[in-house]
Amino acid sequence: MDNPAPAPICRGMDTDLLIIGGGLNGATLALAAARAGLTSTVIDALPRDTCATPDFDGRSYALANGSVRLLRALGLWEGLADDAQPMNGIRVSDGRVGDASVFLGMDFASAEIEEGPMGHMLEDRFLRRALLDAMDAEPRITPLSKARVTAQDASPRGVTVTLQDGHRLSGLLLIGADGRQSGTATRAGIKRTGWTYRQRALVCAIGHEKPHGGIAHQLFLPSGPLAILPLPGDRSSIVWTEADAQARAIDALSDEDYLTVLRPRFGNFLGDIALAGKRYTYPLGLSLANAFVAPRLALVGDAAHGVHPIAGQGLNAGLRDVAALAHVLDHARRRGEDIASAPVLARYQGWRRFDTATLALATDTFNRLFSNDNALLRAGRDLGMAALNAVPGMRRAFIREAAGLSGDLPDLMRG
Amino acid sequence: MQTTVEPSEIAKFEAMAAEWWDPEGKFKPLHMLNPCRLDYITDQIAGEFDRDLSAQAPLEGLRILDIGCGGGLLCEPMARLGATVVGVDAAARNIPVAQTHAEQSGLEIDYRHTTAEALAEAGEQFDVVLNMEVVEHVADPQDYLDACARLLRPGGLHVCSTINRNPKSFAMAIVGAEYVMRWLPKGTHEWKRFITPDELYGHLRAAGLDPVDRKGFVFNPVTWRWSLSDRDLSVNYVTAALRP
Repeated sequence: MDNPAPAPICRGMDTDLLIIGGGLNGATLALAAARAGLTSTVIDALPRDTCATPDFDGRSYALANGSVRLLRALGLWEGLADDAQPMNGIRVSDGRVGDASVFLGMDFASAEIEEGPMGHMLEDRFLRRALLDAMDAEPRITPLSKARVTAQDASPRGVTVTLQDGHRLSGLLLIGADGRQSGTATRAGIKRTGWTYRQRALVCAIGHEKPHGGIAHQLFLPSGPLAILPLPGDRSSIVWTEADAQARAIDALSDEDYLTVLRPRFGNFLGDIALAGKRYTYPLGLSLANAFVAPRLALVGDAAHGVHPIAGQGLNAGLRDVAALAHVLDHARRRGEDIASAPVLARYQGWRRFDTATLALATDTFNRLFSNDNALLRAGRDLGMAALNAVPGMRRAFIREAAGLSGDLPDLMRG
Repeated sequence: MQTTVEPSEIAKFEAMAAEWWDPEGKFKPLHMLNPCRLDYITDQIAGEFDRDLSAQAPLEGLRILDIGCGGGLLCEPMARLGATVVGVDAAARNIPVAQTHAEQSGLEIDYRHTTAEALAEAGEQFDVVLNMEVVEHVADPQDYLDACARLLRPGGLHVCSTINRNPKSFAMAIVGAEYVMRWLPKGTHEWKRFITPDELYGHLRAAGLDPVDRKGFVFNPVTWRWSLSDRDLSVNYVTAALRP
């Protein structure tokens, strides 16, 4: 044996972090924690082979620059950059279905901030594969698939989880990275606040005749926003929001009829369009955990805050949690603090709760303001956009916020 | 010092330990300052004894004394980093409280109800002496620091923090912390006992130590956080000194 298995920092524990949920946030946290010298066991309910499929399934992410920096700091970006599409600008427009000309209210170009592109589009399959491979290569991480947690128990010294097969695992800190219906949060007695929008997002990838030039489009239609996000080649990912009943009806259509409904919304600025992957639909809603921490427990990602994906900020907000928590744990560990003690966890919660509450409120207001055909509101928001366009400082602030570069940055997002 | 505790007392000690370690409780100001203090202490120790803080048990082999240990807010981190730790407090009631919490945390720490002077008398020697927020409470700072210096092995490190004496520190540490914020009980500090950095350097030199560094602890009321400052030593500050 060349190297002994890395030991947890606390003797007598199976691991330092018990991460429930091996999705994008859980995996990224395990990798970030490993860099801080912490060991993790990542417990996922799904069988491993469904976690990464080699073919494109239509899912992709708009990664903010902060997220890209985190992936770069973890040594993953080098292998992902070739498959990512830089977003050189975002064009925000206000319109009505079938209008010949779409009013262009707001143009953001990455040249206005110094950091380069405003973000990158990356397909789910590449990101997931990279994270799984990196976890396999990291001796400080033990992935467990097809494992379900049935009980958890926190004590002053540590935390224990019981798996479905009766197996028990001990660690210093439990992480709930198990999504907006987080069983980890529920078992800890953390209640949630939220509502649904009576809207659904229709998500798919499309191919188009003309090149997109790396420009993302956000069209605010009365039924809800339509985001068109550039993928490598002449393809784009779309997130299309419709009222509940309408969305269900569209979802039930054949591919051809689906495109027939999409075309007048999309417009013809990229030429004709065709489907380039599977179609998905998700109900939209906001779900905030009333606390992000509990004794020996921290929540990250949708388990803490499921936001409306209108601005593509769900994963980015989750990765900010990951970077902030890794930062707090790393510094706590180096100064000899108990990484799962109340003062340490309070720092993470204080850092992230304000950010996410602001984001949730902003996306909610944005959506309510734009999912509307009231003439007065239209005039008001067009004026607002014009004002935003006219004031360079405000524009830069807005772009930096959208790029995930505002606020107090964790070490791993400083670049 | 007794080593066994009456069972009826244990619940009381556990409650007091919980109070010491509650970040929102009675000792909230200390919890807010603690990360900043620990950053300074660990950086100074790592620099002086050439330790890598990202390694496992980086302070292994070092014997550290914490004077005025209270509930163990500094002792426990030092023990967790691998040091051999002795914590002393002049208040007898703090000792079983700190012991109870160390046991809960699974840490071995030698807590004693004694003073720096008594330890020096007994010939105890340490690699590091932590002397945080104590010197402004003692009757004779020079006598006290002489004893602290005698506790150090040659090459040992003395970290000492206290409060500066000027109109601003009066406003912040006494009017602000005791009367406005109610962070501390009224009468916790007497302004005339506060010591300027130059006076402290003078005392340290007279005790036979070489002062090597001083920094301010600065509270930001907007972020509600403490940070270290090279320039602003106007209220709370910390010094590092070596025994030649």
